[in-house]
Amino acid sequence: MGNTSSMLTQYDIEEVQEHCNNTFSQQEIVSLYQRFCQLDRSGGGFISADEFLSVPEFAVNPLSQRLLRMLDGLNFKEFVAFLSAFSSRATLQQKVEFIFKVYDLDCNGKVTFNDMLDVLRDLTGQFISEQQREQVLTHVLEEAGYKKDSLLVLSDFMKILGNSGLKMEVEVPVD
Amino acid sequence: MEKKDSSSQISENVSHATTGDAQIVPQNMGKLNSSSSELDLDRPNLEDYLPIGSIPEPRGKLRLRDFLDISPTLTEAAGAIVDDSFTRCFKSNPPEPWNWNIYLFPLWCFGVVIRYGVLFPVRVLVLTIGWIIFLSSFIPVHFLLKGHDKLRKKMERILVELICSFFVASWTGVVKYHGPRPSMRPKQVFVANHTSMIDFIILEQITAFAVIMQKHPGWVGLLQSTILESVGCIWFNRSEAKDREIVARKLREHVVGVDNNPLLIFPEGTCVNNHYTVMFKKGAFELGCTVCPIAIKYNKIFVDAFWNSKKQSFTMHLLQLMTSWAVVCDVWYLEPQNLKPGETPIEFAERVRDIISVRAGIKKVPWDGYLKYSRPSPKHRERKQQSFAESVLRRLEEK
Repeated sequence: MGNTSSMLTQYDIEEVQEHCNNTFSQQEIVSLYQRFCQLDRSGGGFISADEFLSVPEFAVNPLSQRLLRMLDGLNFKEFVAFLSAFSSRATLQQKVEFIFKVYDLDCNGKVTFNDMLDVLRDLTGQFISEQQREQVLTHVLEEAGYKKDSLLVLSDFMKILGNSGLKMEVEVPVD
Repeated sequence: MEKKDSSSQISENVSHATTGDAQIVPQNMGKLNSSSSELDLDRPNLEDYLPIGSIPEPRGKLRLRDFLDISPTLTEAAGAIVDDSFTRCFKSNPPEPWNWNIYLFPLWCFGVVIRYGVLFPVRVLVLTIGWIIFLSSFIPVHFLLKGHDKLRKKMERILVELICSFFVASWTGVVKYHGPRPSMRPKQVFVANHTSMIDFIILEQITAFAVIMQKHPGWVGLLQSTILESVGCIWFNRSEAKDREIVARKLREHVVGVDNNPLLIFPEGTCVNNHYTVMFKKGAFELGCTVCPIAIKYNKIFVDAFWNSKKQSFTMHLLQLMTSWAVVCDVWYLEPQNLKPGETPIEFAERVRDIISVRAGIKKVPWDGYLKYSRPSPKHRERKQQSFAESVLRRLEEK
């Protein structure tokens, strides 16, 4: 009657821990594995975009489509690595890097004005006009000492977000 | 405050209007609460299972950092990936294993032998006898008493109750019924929380309800269209929009009939695991009838009565029940409720959901159970976008 289907060996767990820089405890990894299996309905060892969207709380998130581009088809190790930025043990640097990656979808290490505009569009939808969005963004960029055509790199993000008391933590339920 | 906002937004969107569901506690609940203090511990605590508050309301001048810091939205997304209240509603929770030591294990093995080797065959026999008795009297009654509608209806009612009793006996249902037995009268509709198709059987053995149900395939579908139709049950196909209108019309016709069997509706529209209740469909609450709530709570000591229809066929579910020691459950027939002046059907539905969830000690979640079959509407997302957009615009004006 034991719960053998979701048994991870110590080796498996250590391997995953290493992959996510020890941001999760062994207990947490076991919990995440159970959750992973729950989400992986097809049982293929990876979670498809469709399976992620079957969680309504995720599907209604304004950034879900953007996140799906990072999430689609993740296997367990990658799944844990994705979530590691939300661990309380992750450093500020890791968290900022994660945010940067959300902006920098083409992974070229630079965030352009348009990248920022895209995220802002996801967040505000039809409730702000395109023109107004550009206006606001240009304004705050200039105020922070950048120009409309400046390319922001990770260190800029670090500078901007580094001391703002970033709170980005998700607790993994452990039973 | 933030938390509440985001949660009510969700329910508001689905139901168009909602007053803070926590504050509606009808007067007659006071009595119930005092009589069962242990249930009070289980009272739904909204904050427990709602997504953590969305975008916080920043103040002062707008800065670049406020735009770049998308952490609240990301946290919410990751939180939903790690754990979410919707999936929890449909998770099977098997009973705790207890066979973990050297002398309990042989005991458990002995139990397995008894359950599968003795109890199961006896139960199959009981059920077979039940079916033989039922069919040998139902068929003549159905075809020979064509002229005597009243008598025929009465006989069929008794027979359906009988076969349901055989079903309950076949899993040794230990059912405690609390409160008055429902009587037949027009203009009333019974609503209950839904865990498995056996809810229906358990309720049906006491009163021949006419039930609104999803049309099932296989042998269950055959029973539906032949036998259960005779007690006035109404079937529909969830995916067919046209069915919805037909059901609504049939419903209205049914409730006004004096001689019809009392109507039973499972307003959740889907089976939930008996730890949570999902939103009630408003259909039952806009008929203009008295609504009689029924709360059903299963004891998981021997078997999990939740029917996970995506994972298990109903036959497998029945076999699981028939090979367990017993199905233990409580059924409460609760105080009838009427639409209060100025109350919308949705508020009414939420109020009745409150009554049921408090009585059965299950938690409320602000989700529509049909999300099992479809994606949430973009309205939910738009609501979140709107609140963020508004805060941006407001702060823009401030400067």
